[in-house]
Amino acid sequence: MNTRFFEEWRTAGSLIETLGACQDLVEDPTFPTVKRWREEGGQVLGHFQVYFPEEIAHAAGMLPVKMRGAPVEPHHADSHFGSYLCSILKTSLEVALNGDLELDIFVSHPICDAARNLAAIWGRNFDYPCQILYLPQNPNSKHSVTYLRHEYDRMKRCVEEITDRAVSDDDLHRSIVIFNENRRLLRELYTIKRNTPWRVTADEAYCLLSVGGMIPREEHNELLKAVLPQLRDRNVKREDRMRVVFEGAFCEQPPLDLVRMLGRICYVVDDDFLIGLRWLIDDVDTSGDPLRNLAESYIEHSSYSPVQHDNRKPKEDMLLERVVAANAEAVIVAAAKMCEPGLEEQVAYTRELEDRNIPYFISEFEENMTSFDHLEMQVETFLENLLFA
Amino acid sequence: MQTETTITAEELVGRGNREGAQLFRDWFASLTETAENGGPAAYVFVMGSMNEVLKTFDLPVVFPEINSLQTAVRRVAHEFLDEAEDYGYSPDICGYVKADVSVQLRSGTHPMGRIPKPALSVLTNACNTYIKWAEIWERMHHTPMFTIDVPGSRHAGGQTWSGDRDFEMDRGYVEAQIWELIDLCERITGKKFDQDKFREILWYANDMSICWKRIIELNKNSPSIFNALTDGTIYLGVANGFRGTREGSEYFKRLVEEMEYKAAHGIGTMTDEKYRLVFVGVPCYPIFRRFNELFTEWGGTFINSTYLWFASGGTNRGFEYDLKNPVASLAEGFLISVRDAMDSMFHQDRAVSDMIEDFKVDGVVYHPIKSCRTVSTGLADARRALMKEHDIATLFVESDMMDRRVVSEAQMKNRIDAFFEGLAGRRDRARIQA
Repeated sequence: MNTRFFEEWRTAGSLIETLGACQDLVEDPTFPTVKRWREEGGQVLGHFQVYFPEEIAHAAGMLPVKMRGAPVEPHHADSHFGSYLCSILKTSLEVALNGDLELDIFVSHPICDAARNLAAIWGRNFDYPCQILYLPQNPNSKHSVTYLRHEYDRMKRCVEEITDRAVSDDDLHRSIVIFNENRRLLRELYTIKRNTPWRVTADEAYCLLSVGGMIPREEHNELLKAVLPQLRDRNVKREDRMRVVFEGAFCEQPPLDLVRMLGRICYVVDDDFLIGLRWLIDDVDTSGDPLRNLAESYIEHSSYSPVQHDNRKPKEDMLLERVVAANAEAVIVAAAKMCEPGLEEQVAYTRELEDRNIPYFISEFEENMTSFDHLEMQVETFLENLLFA
Repeated sequence: MQTETTITAEELVGRGNREGAQLFRDWFASLTETAENGGPAAYVFVMGSMNEVLKTFDLPVVFPEINSLQTAVRRVAHEFLDEAEDYGYSPDICGYVKADVSVQLRSGTHPMGRIPKPALSVLTNACNTYIKWAEIWERMHHTPMFTIDVPGSRHAGGQTWSGDRDFEMDRGYVEAQIWELIDLCERITGKKFDQDKFREILWYANDMSICWKRIIELNKNSPSIFNALTDGTIYLGVANGFRGTREGSEYFKRLVEEMEYKAAHGIGTMTDEKYRLVFVGVPCYPIFRRFNELFTEWGGTFINSTYLWFASGGTNRGFEYDLKNPVASLAEGFLISVRDAMDSMFHQDRAVSDMIEDFKVDGVVYHPIKSCRTVSTGLADARRALMKEHDIATLFVESDMMDRRVVSEAQMKNRIDAFFEGLAGRRDRARIQA
């Protein structure tokens, strides 16, 4: 099968045009690369936030697509939900109902009270399989790796049935190698953000990361391998801006205009945008039992988010680590509107930051918000107060 | 079960409610005593309390969900919510959590007594907010939280059972965690795990499971013998607080006796039952009595509810533990029951659909609430699915279980009145067609 579904960046003449092509793809709610994949006869596994072991779908020849909502109005989806819910649920269902995102299987995880309803809702509205992947909520149990290895095996059996193709350990090893490379390249992107944030703006880095969830990972690797050296060599003057960590985008994503606005007024040196794409923080072992290796990486070598409790990773401590590692001067503690885990975590984060005398700005966002003037003024005031204190 | 000849109908009818209320008061009195003596307590939740293990270690159990709903029933929830919001919690998160935060900030002071501090908290993943909630205690009191992770159904109707390799893996995972919990309890209490005592507790829990299932089935009776919303909430309180105890076992045996008597003598919960309704969601505690009246005034009564299923942690399945193999059997029963509780929230459309004929249901009332996205998120879609499958009247009315700011009685009444007018119209049309 053809492995090039995102040609636009290849034909772009310059770095700016390449980044522009990525931005266009991220902002396109019709998922053109996924459509092209399907036109070639490919099958698609759509997985809802936050983390999914995409290697399993990849090894079966499927395209894993990260479902993270979309910049659309939920005309069809609205009547399937009540009030008091976050936007990402509705827009994710919307793109499936309106036909923009056709899937062969939908997988969700019990990440929060709202999202854990999605598989049932999907199942009542679509004929294709709708599965729940039960990632361990007790990662501190000695049995959790064994359990998760079996759960991954169950998921493998699901995709084998859909693709009518047996997935061997060698297939999985090959996929792990590709995804290890992808994670390494994304770590490099974040190193550039942390060390020389003037060379890549917050929205540019976001788009480079985000397209990974919409195209084959081999192609994402090619893109990153082409762009990262250009970013490193980019001749941009360093400015006197605050170094800021953005926290709170582990599930619903802020609109790109909001990220762009932040990129204009500060250096976002680290964040949790689409953290699932960077959930595994080290290479997955490519020898032995691949499913066990993936399970072990999830439990032992992973990032953090408000939707996972791990006694070894108190979230406020993890945020502090992120702040220190990025040499950040302030934190934007955000939460998507109606996002219960995000809103609850804000309290723990801000109390800890207060204890440590780390300045923070607390805010809520919604993926479909369109006006940023007021928020921009508030953030600017916050940052100026710090700069000129 | 035979009614003793010495008991009069007057003594028997309504006994469950009277005794349930007394047990509740006794329970809170004992919690107050524990709090005042500085004794340890275990904080647990209704969907998978692990009472069976905790009671083996003589740990008093505190159900913060029940504490919180009591503040709403007693119409003081707003004071507690305000305090937690001042502390930093958003108006858009679970009201139960916020009321409890306030109880903690008040050193356990509660309208029904004093709540002891947690020596540990034990929770399941049946509700994700349980996890976020327990993290708050972990931070406030620096005491351990233990999550028993219970894998649920992977898709609608996709439950696996004993012997299936996926089921056995899930059961093994749950059992391993139960042993880890036992180990933690031994360390906290300094007591060894007593297998004989544990078996006795399972025995009592079995009694309760058998009775709970029987009581729900008895409400197929016409007229219905208890109101699933109001009476059911009393029974639920006892089912949770007294699971695995002699008092709980006796209470439920006596409750079955009462209900069988009512069924045998045609004694209904209403004098003139016109409409048999199923309630899907969580009750509206800020106006608990009035909310029910809005239905009973029209002759409507709730003959069953998903709340009786999930808020009992799946006791409705009637799972009986094998006392010869207690820990493994607890793991199996816990997995099946908590999974069922989750199914009752996410896939409840199937069970409600099956119930329509059996329980002679006239209408289904969906009550999604701001506070609980676990229960509420899928209800609009489930309602659509049910209406596609059945020609049945449904009502969708949103409010909250804690926050009176989003409870509008006048708007509710309008919707409910229109619902009953529709039901009456349906009945008239059916009569004409017949």
